[in-house]
Amino acid sequence: MPPVLGVLFDGLAYGMLLFLLSVGLSVTLGMMNFVNLAHCSFAMLGGYVTVTLMNRVGWPFFATLPAAFVAAAAASVVLERAFFRRFYNASDLEQCLLTIGIVFVSIAAAAYIYGTDQQPVQLPAFLRGSIAFAGLNFAIYRLFLIGIALIITVVLVATLEMTRFGAQVRAAVNNQRMARGLGIDVDALFAVTFALGSGLAGLGGALAIDLVGLDPSFAFTYLIYVLIVVSVGGLGSIGGSLAAAMLLGVSDIAGKYYVPAVGSILIYLVMTVLIMLRPAGIFGRR
Amino acid sequence: MTSTTIAAPRDHLQAQMRWRWGEIAFWLATLLPFILAPDYLLLASQVAIAALFVLSLDLILGFAGIVSLGHAAYFGTGAYAAGLISKWGWGEPLTGLLLAALAAGLFGYVTSFIIARFRHLPLIMITLGIGLLLQESANSASWLTGGFDGLQGIHTWPILGRFRFDLYGYTAYGYALAALFVIFLGARRLIHSPFGLALRGIRDNSQRMRAIGAKTHSHIRTIYTIAAMIAGAAGAILAQTTETVSLEVLGFQRSADVLVMLILGGTGRLYGGLLGAVVYMVARDQFSGLNPQYWYFWIGLLLIAVVVVLPNGLLGGLSLLTRRAKAQS
Amino acid sequence: MSESALAARGIDKRFGSLIVAADVDLTLPPGARHALIGPNGAGKTTLINLMTGMLRPDGGRILLGREDVTALAPEERVRRGLARTYQINSLFPHLTALESVTLAVCERRRVAQTWWRRLIAYREEIEEAHQILGALMLGTVCHRPARELAYGQQRLLEIALALASRPKVLLLDEPAAGVPREESKELFSAIAGLSRDIAVLFIEHDMELVFRFATRVIVMVGGSILVEGTPAEIASDPQVRAVYLGKKQREYHRG
Repeated sequence: MPPVLGVLFDGLAYGMLLFLLSVGLSVTLGMMNFVNLAHCSFAMLGGYVTVTLMNRVGWPFFATLPAAFVAAAAASVVLERAFFRRFYNASDLEQCLLTIGIVFVSIAAAAYIYGTDQQPVQLPAFLRGSIAFAGLNFAIYRLFLIGIALIITVVLVATLEMTRFGAQVRAAVNNQRMARGLGIDVDALFAVTFALGSGLAGLGGALAIDLVGLDPSFAFTYLIYVLIVVSVGGLGSIGGSLAAAMLLGVSDIAGKYYVPAVGSILIYLVMTVLIMLRPAGIFGRR
Repeated sequence: MTSTTIAAPRDHLQAQMRWRWGEIAFWLATLLPFILAPDYLLLASQVAIAALFVLSLDLILGFAGIVSLGHAAYFGTGAYAAGLISKWGWGEPLTGLLLAALAAGLFGYVTSFIIARFRHLPLIMITLGIGLLLQESANSASWLTGGFDGLQGIHTWPILGRFRFDLYGYTAYGYALAALFVIFLGARRLIHSPFGLALRGIRDNSQRMRAIGAKTHSHIRTIYTIAAMIAGAAGAILAQTTETVSLEVLGFQRSADVLVMLILGGTGRLYGGLLGAVVYMVARDQFSGLNPQYWYFWIGLLLIAVVVVLPNGLLGGLSLLTRRAKAQS
Repeated sequence: MSESALAARGIDKRFGSLIVAADVDLTLPPGARHALIGPNGAGKTTLINLMTGMLRPDGGRILLGREDVTALAPEERVRRGLARTYQINSLFPHLTALESVTLAVCERRRVAQTWWRRLIAYREEIEEAHQILGALMLGTVCHRPARELAYGQQRLLEIALALASRPKVLLLDEPAAGVPREESKELFSAIAGLSRDIAVLFIEHDMELVFRFATRVIVMVGGSILVEGTPAEIASDPQVRAVYLGKKQREYHRG
């Protein structure tokens, strides 16, 4: 397979994964300006739920996906009620520290329960291998990942644009005070959106296992990528998150393939420059 | 207005900046390790270095409100600069320290133009980005930095020609402590200067600062450069006293640790950072047998506890207790 | 024509399809006491933000004296003599009143960058700050942090901060906002005591203040200037009555 197309395809799959992991954080950050650095802990939780259900309980892969979503969403509801609620008006620093603390605790807990090795996951047979099409080989799992992500994107956009809930979310992201003034219960809305976003992250974590692996450091390693996607794409923007995730996914794969010595530097440099040029993100509003 | 009424407001301000007995006791106590715990002088020098690093972060975070997740970039620059100067043949510590601090300060000055323009999430991301960039670049430029293995061939000459760096750490701790004290005096003077007041104004309400004619960007650039120099000095002392420099001096771990130390002790009080450094470093030494994962479990819980219960850190909690005790008596 | 202290010429500003300023012309002669009134959302605070430089206009010019300041940053305009207060208190919560005003004085005198000299060495600046606070009846509370002051005192501190820059033009955004009748005496005397050298424009909803202090009233509605004139003219203008003053006029006469 010609390297360029292969890199693009892998980059696309990776980008879709990053999108799933990031979109929840983008919307909740845009709505409440709550800096939730523990977002990828929910992703990690989803991953470990899948691993546990598959390896220790014997569930089929597909059944674990909704479970990962629900588990992450439920955990986020608990944390939101118990802690986060009180810190919506706190300073950036306090929010950072609180959520970094949760990340540390989650990483240690994962290491304690599961150990620090990569978790193995056995995909169902029909997801393994690759398809030959027009003289190129496409890994089936990556096609599957792209497919799921696209479906979810369509559902998200449809929800935002066509439902009343979606309209309320858009209003709250755009101008929270005005939304409250219109009678929208922003706090309840945020709780639901936060749960959905964390659930999506959990799903992303489950889907990530076969693509990038799962170990306790996931919560932190992918946090950096998610933050890049959110910062570059713009807070509260689904389209922005998608574009930034694609950009990052392809750049990362391309960088590692073509210039492995410099790979990460390119990513961080591009990110820093982009944030400087457009601090509100490519599609950001503020 | 009679002269007595005019003197009154000044007196009040003056009373605030007088040296308190607690401060004097603190600095006298820093001499204790020489007498009481000579086996721990190497640890003490590490604590002093950490305290100096935390001091530099307090200046930008506690006083100017700049949240940085990449402050180790300047610490590491100072460390590598001092290491390289020594490796290339000039091992004199004091001039090496000065040059390394200047190098870190220069890097701080250049990056300050970017830092000053942003707030909130973009600022956090940019500080993170700069830190990660520098770490990756240092990793790649192994011809210069020694890459993963670190810098080799550092040899520090005796201080002032007389004080040799011994295995027990007498010279190391004396050197680090002296540097800490001198720089602390400078920082204390800065806090009580008009500039220190301006920084607190920026932290409290940077928009209002502009509305009273303050060039906030210029102020931020100045304090950021000064803080970078101090962080670089701390890194340089580390390089000189341990005669090694490895990539972790630039790493996110170090940036996170210094942030934890500052938050633990309490921001915006200078002594908070020092206290946090002492507590954190000593605790880490005590629990050094622990698996690093579990160490971070407790640090995580600590962070959560501090934010929820003690937002002003240990020193803030202490001052709250003393105020309550005074109110009741 | 003598030069104005502050002039806005043909100011336009829109946010998307929302027009907040449409061809606004406003002139403040030296020593003016002008009031800017209008219903909520008329764009009055936005106009102040445009004049102080917190917002960039899409079209038009701002002139401070003879100088075109349209492209200047807010702090530069302050250094040229333009000061403002905020409708919602924008103070330094952890700084005492004395520290806050001293800071403003130091900034004006360009000494705020010195980090090697102690603050207490700046006797003149501290004395000046103390005098400004004393003139506004805040002398006794000057050592309290701003967040611990009573609301009326905070409004006065707002004015103190603005006065510390020795402005030639002072824009007061609803100085009496939220101040109960009992505490407004100091505020009124503070405004009355403002030097005749300063040109003052104040946004107000409190008609007592407007009719007491303003020599000229400008009415703004939906981003445009509807009409301007003396208080008496405005009070009897049928257009204004219909849009805004109608209810208020009746309330004022009743009280």
